[in-house]
Amino acid sequence: MTLHTEQAPEPVRFLSADGTFAPTPAAEPFLARLDSLTDAHHERFYRDMVSVRAFDREATNLQRQGEMALFPPSEGQEGAQVGSAHAARPQDHIFPSYREHVVGMIRGVDPVNILSLMRGVTLGGWDPTDPKNGNFHLYTLVLGSQTLHATGYAMGQLFDGASGTGNVETDEATIVYFGDGSTSEGDVSEALVFAASHQTPQVFFLQNNQWAISVPVSVQSRTPLYLRGAGFGLPSVQIDGNDVLASYAVTSQFLDEARVGQGPRFIEAMTYRMGAHTTSDDPTKYRTNEERAEWGQRDPIVRFEAYLRARGASESLFTSAAEDAKDLCADVRARTLALEAPDFPTMFEHVYSEEHPRMREQSDWLTRYEASMTEDNR
Amino acid sequence: MSEIVNMPMAKALNAGLRAALAADEKVLLMGEDIGPLGGVFRITEGLQAEFGPRRVQDTPLAESGIVGTAIGLAMRGYRPVCEIQFDGFIYPAFDQIVSQLAKQTNRHGGTLSMPVVIRVPYGGHIGAVEHHQESPEAYFAHTAGLRVVSPSTPNDAYWMIQEAIQSNDPVLFFEPKSRYWPKGEVNLTESQLGLHQSRVAREGTDVTLIGHGAMVSTLLQAAEVAAGEGISAEVVDLRSISPIDYGPLLDSARKTGRVVVAQEAPENASVGSEIAATLAEKAFYSLEAPVLRVSGFDTPFPAAKLEGLYLPDADRVLDAVDRALAY
Repeated sequence: MTLHTEQAPEPVRFLSADGTFAPTPAAEPFLARLDSLTDAHHERFYRDMVSVRAFDREATNLQRQGEMALFPPSEGQEGAQVGSAHAARPQDHIFPSYREHVVGMIRGVDPVNILSLMRGVTLGGWDPTDPKNGNFHLYTLVLGSQTLHATGYAMGQLFDGASGTGNVETDEATIVYFGDGSTSEGDVSEALVFAASHQTPQVFFLQNNQWAISVPVSVQSRTPLYLRGAGFGLPSVQIDGNDVLASYAVTSQFLDEARVGQGPRFIEAMTYRMGAHTTSDDPTKYRTNEERAEWGQRDPIVRFEAYLRARGASESLFTSAAEDAKDLCADVRARTLALEAPDFPTMFEHVYSEEHPRMREQSDWLTRYEASMTEDNR
Repeated sequence: MSEIVNMPMAKALNAGLRAALAADEKVLLMGEDIGPLGGVFRITEGLQAEFGPRRVQDTPLAESGIVGTAIGLAMRGYRPVCEIQFDGFIYPAFDQIVSQLAKQTNRHGGTLSMPVVIRVPYGGHIGAVEHHQESPEAYFAHTAGLRVVSPSTPNDAYWMIQEAIQSNDPVLFFEPKSRYWPKGEVNLTESQLGLHQSRVAREGTDVTLIGHGAMVSTLLQAAEVAAGEGISAEVVDLRSISPIDYGPLLDSARKTGRVVVAQEAPENASVGSEIAATLAEKAFYSLEAPVLRVSGFDTPFPAAKLEGLYLPDADRVLDAVDRALAY
């Protein structure tokens, strides 16, 4: 028996793998979204992709050097993430999975805070209630759980009257990131049910990076995954996730449609995880070099750089982007190495919002116990 | 002057929910069939008509979806009150409750509260089919970040549901469904106890009987029978399962020296086991006998025709009382 995967029509794509601007028929309805992009936007997209690729490699090195428990690299997925992140407006809320490092950085999260989670000094890392973090919520490590939180949040935006007034400048929306493996989790289906039921102002952004650790997407689904969204009644499209412009244009249009009251939307971004699932993984056991090399030909950064060069971007953009990325890595490394283990009583803090006798008793006990172990008390 | 009204627990819960909805517009009720039907037990009867379909929502039939979206709503500043239709239907929501709801405040370093209440009609005595008569409270008492309570009287139900909704922490609110319809006095004017306080339901001197939910009425019945035999039994109603208010339990154990803990739930790794261990640790020198447990058996909740043998009744409690007194 063979697995049959119904082929989707050509996805939404503006930039061919070689960087030439050649919109596919599916891209036509989203073309106008590119009109508002200036050279400054293009530069920013490029710099963000270059920065996070360097960050990714630095973080992987830090893990290899024993400085972090784990790191999930995002190399290869920069186009999908940078385009969609820039499509969100400041008032939007973003629920990531755990690989959307650059989305957090674009929203204002200090990348060292992301690494603090991976270094094992915190269970969170940043404060999503602090405006400086751009409404970027915490990572969720149980696959798919965050899709329901996002849907609930979007229900709240709807109930508050914070969306659906028709003003794209102020109406709020929510975007949630998840992956191809997560689509098999029941929570994702339940989130789609609730979103469709309430017509939430929400975009489901699926990064199909082809592999759920070692299991290919063909085991998760026999149909293209964007049809999942369609099956729940959401307008759904497949995009070339390695085209930052496609990711930007479709996410921007879908978020604006959602925020003004047209209901939830679904995007499947076709991309590839060039590295391991996490630093604990070994993709050479389940993937071929040929497959990786083939996807390497569709690299989002190479593609966008070729496009920018053809448009006449100055060489200084590319050299300064590389320099800035290097500086970012040096800064991230230094500050990550300085992250110390928290004091032990913090383990008992904030387990509850309100007073709890067991937290107090056990914290007091551990404090006395630890004190009894010091030199003076032996 | 306090206003005292006689009503069943079902009506007291309905009145408590109505008061909470009226007091705070951020309070939302969410659940399966809770709208025009008023829930399968009619606890929310009339509330959708009064507060509208946004405040009292019939949800899609998906327990994980109910709790997961409630978490998102709480992040947005709402105070969702979820109804799980029956005890045995809570497990599809287990991840969202123990891994997500319970941990959000901690992961956020205290900057985010999770004021979510999950109402669960639980327990036996109603002759229902499988998955409809279980007592799953120990699973949740075992999880950091959750609070777990269970009222035994209409008065407690009226006040505790309002206090649970006011709590900034997630509360699992276990409603003893076999006690929904007997009437009792409700003081509509003032609450006498906090959400997490245990209560001496009957004073006595020879033996302490501890329980929660529907078991409290069984313990009171046993104490009445024991009194006829010259045994003075004190009954303590836990009310809160996590945290447990040990003060009144320890006071009573030290006074009587003999303790029986009763519960509908299976015995292995149960709330009763936790109480027995704690009393043994903290009241060891006052005890004249080991703390005895009377529980459901470590089997699946049996077919309804056998539930009378499975569920502890006054006779099983009195048997344990006799054993405790025999030491």
